[in-house]
Amino acid sequence: MRLKLDRHAALSVTGWLAAGLLFFPIAWMLLTSVKTEIEAVATTPSLIFTPTLENYVAVQERADYLKFALNSVVVSFGSTLLALALAVPAAYGMAFFPTKRTRGTLLWMLSTKMMPPVGALVPVTLVFRDLGLIDTLAGLVVVYALINLPIVVWMLYTFFREIPREILEAGRMDGATPLDELRFLLLPLALPGMASTGLLAVILTWNEAFWSLNLTAAHAGPLTAFIASFSAPEGLFWAKLSAASTMAVAPILVFGWLSQRQLVRGLTFGAVK
Amino acid sequence: MRTTIAATLLAGIATFGTGIAAAETLTIATVNNADMVVMQKLSPKFKEKTGIDLNWVILEENVLRQRVTTDIATKGGQFDVVTIGAYETPIWGKQNWLAALDDLGDSYDYKDVFEPVRNMLTVNGKLYAAPFYAESSFTYYRKDLFDKAGLTMPEQPTYTDIKKFAAALHKPADNQYGICLRGKPGWGENMAYVGTLVNTFGGRWFDMEWKPQLTSPEWKEAVTFYVDMLKNYGPPGATSNGHNENRALFSSGNCAMWVDATAAAGHIYNPAESKVADKTAFAKAPIAKVENGAGWGWAWALGVPNSSKKAAAAKQFIAWATSKDYITLVGETQGWVSAPPGTRKSTYENPEYKKAAPFADTVLKAILAADPTRPTAQPVPYAGIQFVAIPEFQGIGAQVGQSIAAALSGQTTVDQALQTAQSAVERTMKQAGYIK
Repeated sequence: MRLKLDRHAALSVTGWLAAGLLFFPIAWMLLTSVKTEIEAVATTPSLIFTPTLENYVAVQERADYLKFALNSVVVSFGSTLLALALAVPAAYGMAFFPTKRTRGTLLWMLSTKMMPPVGALVPVTLVFRDLGLIDTLAGLVVVYALINLPIVVWMLYTFFREIPREILEAGRMDGATPLDELRFLLLPLALPGMASTGLLAVILTWNEAFWSLNLTAAHAGPLTAFIASFSAPEGLFWAKLSAASTMAVAPILVFGWLSQRQLVRGLTFGAVK
Repeated sequence: MRTTIAATLLAGIATFGTGIAAAETLTIATVNNADMVVMQKLSPKFKEKTGIDLNWVILEENVLRQRVTTDIATKGGQFDVVTIGAYETPIWGKQNWLAALDDLGDSYDYKDVFEPVRNMLTVNGKLYAAPFYAESSFTYYRKDLFDKAGLTMPEQPTYTDIKKFAAALHKPADNQYGICLRGKPGWGENMAYVGTLVNTFGGRWFDMEWKPQLTSPEWKEAVTFYVDMLKNYGPPGATSNGHNENRALFSSGNCAMWVDATAAAGHIYNPAESKVADKTAFAKAPIAKVENGAGWGWAWALGVPNSSKKAAAAKQFIAWATSKDYITLVGETQGWVSAPPGTRKSTYENPEYKKAAPFADTVLKAILAADPTRPTAQPVPYAGIQFVAIPEFQGIGAQVGQSIAAALSGQTTVDQALQTAQSAVERTMKQAGYIK
């Protein structure tokens, strides 16, 4: 009993330590965002200071936060929907009608994630230039849908494999077409899994900075471009940069908290068996 | 049902894809320096005057360079006006990536722009970017500490003076350091300062055959001096201090001296940003053996990429943002101490500017002395005082910067650092075909 309690306490302490470690950068960002620029770079960082909201005012004065935030919402949800629309049939096919090449196909999909994105920068820029997609939300939606597609397919594939084939077979006995099967049996059964896959894709897109910096200019920039615009080669900027970052992560942080249960379930589902 | 979904999706994509089409809209890519933030704030005045709409894209400096390069190379035409520096302008101008800016109109008064600054941005007699603000480097010092210690800073200090002062005023127990200098590796960070130090010790980056000179006695002497002084009389952890970190240290009252960009003077002098606004005085950049290249020359400038389809309107904007009238507008609306420094004679003749910026004369002298056409005592095949205006320098500067930071932190000796740097630069220059 004694031993059990000690183990429990040790686990708790480890858990809290890990959480503290992970949360520290965010807490530091929050603190920095309410300091003055000089306090923000002081060599012995001060923990006692008079908080100020002037950085938030300055950030909002220089850039239109709402425009960037709206772009982020459109791009992350748009690309996630597009990725799901493409991935559901793909995962369905591979989960329920596997061939000898299914494994290879899945691995090949994942292998596209192994190339550094900058390798594709020039070709993508050229294609986008010719299609008029540079600095458009549609362009970003397509790019992010493609980037997240392998992960989305893999996750959905795992979820679909969890569903007993007998249920689908029963449906087929009753004369359901493949599309009916997808709509009335598979989707409702796999909904929790799809939701968590979608959530993950939304968060990944929200935080992506390479493509959003390289493919946008004045119109389609999401919040990552907003943050990057607050660093300066000459002049102090840490406090304002922290304020901009706080404003950028706030929505997704709230979104993440609200959907925490789904997310954890989604990420551990399939792996436990 | 299927068709409806597809149609909605397509319609949605089409709406996103169209973007905003207006008669004349310029896209301006710039960095987040305080003077550029003011430019963006005042830009509605330009629209009032011309009816031209402006879109602003604010990027981090390296991202901006990469974006604009990609855009020009792929002829994307995303940007009409770009903020570039004295390093890229001659390189890009030579490659015909920028439109020449010789036709900004009579009222532009080119002669009013300082000649050394114009020279930095000129290739083969053509101006490729108009200076928005320009800077040299000079010595900031704490008048109160000097007075208290009975020291006097000469108008033109030598490095022997500087070392003596630094030793006398170094009191680390009180968080007061003799001198603050750039130590953070980077071609635009520690190498900007070290470059000027090597110049004034009589050294150069390359000889006339493009052979790297990093193991020459001049480099050795200069870098040994730098490492000694900063180790003994500098703040702890100097290898993480760049321009911004040192500016913060100096404005918080932690440095007795600081040799850095003249453009920071307005900020050090502003009580809202600095605790030492009324205690700071200025002297020329220190010299060691020769005067050439002791203070650097840099300009943030506006150029029109050749991929822009709205060059005429873009030039109109540049003529406005770098004009005398614009400087007056900033002076009158933001306070004269914030007027963009270093570009025009008329600014330095303006009594209101002189009154608001007591450092104006020292800055002026520094800028006029920073002649990019004779950066070193010995002849060199390149332009640029604290940089070498060739595309390879960004990589070279970064690499050498790392070696020198390693010597500063004590990981290697100065000799080892310079040997490593010399081999690396030799390799790069061979690969690039400058030397065999």
